Amino acid sequence: MPFGNTHNNFKLNFKTEEEFPDLSKHNNHMAKLLTPELYGKLRDRQTPSGFTLDDVIQTGVDNPGHPFIMTVGCVAGDEESYEVFKELFDPIISDRHGGYKATDKHKTDMNFENLKGGDDLDPAYVLSSRVRTGRSIKGYSLPPHTSRGERRAIERLSVEALAPLEGEFKGKYYPLKSMTDAEQDALINDHFLFDKPVSPLLTCAGMARDWPDGRGIWHNDDKTFLVWVNEEDHLRVISMQQGGNMREVFRRFCVGLTKIEEVFKNHNHGFMWNEHLGYVLTCPSNLGTGLRGGVHVKLPKLSVHAKFEEILTRLRLQKRGTGGVDTASVGGVFDISNADRLGSSEVAQVQMVVDGVKLMVEMEKKLEKGEAIDSMIPSQK
Amino acid sequence: MASSFTRLISSPRNAAVLASLGAGTLAGGLWLNENSTLIADTKKKLYPPSADFPDLRKHNNCMAKALTPAIYAKLRDKLTPNNWSLDQCIQTGVDNPGHPFIKTVGAVAGDEETYEVFAALFDPIIKDRHGGYDPKTMKHPTDLDSSKLKNGVFDNKYVLSSRVRTGRSIRGLSLPPACSRAERREVERVTVTALSGLKGDLAGQYYSLEGMSDKEQQQLIDDHFLFDKPVSPLLTCAFMARDWPDARGIWHNKDKNFLIWVNEEDHTRVISMEKGGNMKSVFDRFCTGLKQVEHLIQERGWEFMWNERLGYVLTCPSNLGTGLRAGVHVKLPHLSLDARFSKILENLRLQKRGTGGVDTAAVGDTFDISNNDRLGKSEVELVQLLVDGVHYLIECEKKLEKGQEIKVPPFIELFK
Repeated sequence: MPFGNTHNNFKLNFKTEEEFPDLSKHNNHMAKLLTPELYGKLRDRQTPSGFTLDDVIQTGVDNPGHPFIMTVGCVAGDEESYEVFKELFDPIISDRHGGYKATDKHKTDMNFENLKGGDDLDPAYVLSSRVRTGRSIKGYSLPPHTSRGERRAIERLSVEALAPLEGEFKGKYYPLKSMTDAEQDALINDHFLFDKPVSPLLTCAGMARDWPDGRGIWHNDDKTFLVWVNEEDHLRVISMQQGGNMREVFRRFCVGLTKIEEVFKNHNHGFMWNEHLGYVLTCPSNLGTGLRGGVHVKLPKLSVHAKFEEILTRLRLQKRGTGGVDTASVGGVFDISNADRLGSSEVAQVQMVVDGVKLMVEMEKKLEKGEAIDSMIPSQK
Repeated sequence: MASSFTRLISSPRNAAVLASLGAGTLAGGLWLNENSTLIADTKKKLYPPSADFPDLRKHNNCMAKALTPAIYAKLRDKLTPNNWSLDQCIQTGVDNPGHPFIKTVGAVAGDEETYEVFAALFDPIIKDRHGGYDPKTMKHPTDLDSSKLKNGVFDNKYVLSSRVRTGRSIRGLSLPPACSRAERREVERVTVTALSGLKGDLAGQYYSLEGMSDKEQQQLIDDHFLFDKPVSPLLTCAFMARDWPDARGIWHNKDKNFLIWVNEEDHTRVISMEKGGNMKSVFDRFCTGLKQVEHLIQERGWEFMWNERLGYVLTCPSNLGTGLRAGVHVKLPHLSLDARFSKILENLRLQKRGTGGVDTAAVGDTFDISNNDRLGKSEVELVQLLVDGVHYLIECEKKLEKGQEIKVPPFIELFK
């Protein structure tokens, strides 16, 4: 359901300048790129399922800026959004993903064996390793736009797809609507539970509608492979474990996802993917691999070094606090992950994390010994 | 792109039509745009109303009580002339199962026609909320002749302030849950133009939320006039905070006792208030001001949304009829501790709130006391109810001060 702008044809009675949003105080990708001319050109379009330009940009109009990061300011309501509103999404994608062109092709590589190393990150420094991505199921609208019927169908299909998994992937689904207090406490203690979004970036995009209907969490018995259903994307898939064996985390990630994709394909609802944008997800920032591979790593000395930010930039990595996005670091422990999503493969992005973190741990050790690290500073990757 | 839809469609004719489009072309997107009813029809078949019916088992609001699968099935695919849908009306009630202090309504109107097109849902909600008022058979009386008010002055020792508020919607423009930016800006233009025509003690100035200076903002905060971006999920889930603060603002007269909010929860909220217990003066100014504003918009070819069934049409069904809340801040240190306080209020058809307004608890012994009812009784009748009721409460307070006995008054019927 488009959530506040159904009457698009009615709005066309008003002139473009009367409808154009006031973006004068805004700082997000959408506000940077949406001109009255572009708005005028796109405003009478809608995707086949009825998602309109105003639906796309509402979150960016309602949220002028974010203190820490430059937000995207628009979302897709379905697979076709990226096509129908190309003239807006292409420049935003280019701006967000390092100049990625409308003619570029994205490489997908989910073969974990192509990763070199990654099993020997020092556990004295690397406390935990994690890889996450998102997947959208073909034939359904995306979270900003789904009706309750669609969202429930997505949930049903996802539960069906996850149920037959065996071995290390044998697990259980916990719908948010009906979990017991005991189940809820356990999921909170495991840091698995996701809650109703409070961030206005998400609520203004209509993603919290009908909460908690159709939402839930699936995880395997070992608690190392986790799937969120109908949060910010149809599926968010997470592989994680304590310690520094990123190779194992990535292996499980690739194997698990491949198995799940098989089941969806057999139901005639494969994942949304194309050779230009890779995996299609709700937020343009997650196009391509949708992959964030990261570690929680102790870097108390390196993190206060003058060149820390520069090193991260050159390694194509980003830092976050251990609470995730929007948090600060605690006790010198940082969440370090890949900055890129589109234009390089899964293997390439995890490789950057593995190589980059290895280097930074070595730098940390050098700094502990009072030695300089200038010769180790890498060139721009 | 076409392939995903050929799977959705069972009819061979439709499948052939879409398969001929080819994948991922802009032209394909536009072509489908012209025939988007094809997709809408397909979705309707794939997802019958039963698939979309909300899970309201843990809900406690008027909408959840009134919405049956049969009503939902009848109304789901209908649209108002502005293309506003049932799902959009009820989204706030689905997203907000209940409120700790009050039974919420759980549905909003997107335009004037909502109350007609979705009458099968809104009529029972209205009946539930407004003491049995039946929009199918009853008529709402409007009476803004403040000269009819009797005994409208209270003892200032007890009543600290008096206030009357209502809302007005501009006919022809969508309501806050549904309005586009252009419509909202038009509401602002129409209202501000009209207000600039007010003279004498009603002459005043408009402060747009977007354009006010820091100094103006601080002054409005100090005067307790400034409204902020809604944080209540009851409002945000009803899409009322979109595009904030575009086209929102506050107008008030020089004396700061007549105040209008533009594009908050309704097109306009009109407030008359002053310190002390002179409700008569407050109501006089309220009625005069409202009539003058109405006259000024009519001069330019606009009018307020109003009809015989529902009175003044506003966003929330709870404000239909008069949309009027008349109230006082009153000190009742003895009465508020009496076990019969709630019953007395109930029988007088009054409600208590904290002095921060709805959703707040009382601080100390000062209460916000106002009328419960909005629809089925006129403005004069409701303000009279409030006036009579507050006099009774003050009498009780005085009696308790002297250690005398008080009585619970008989229950006042709304409709005889």
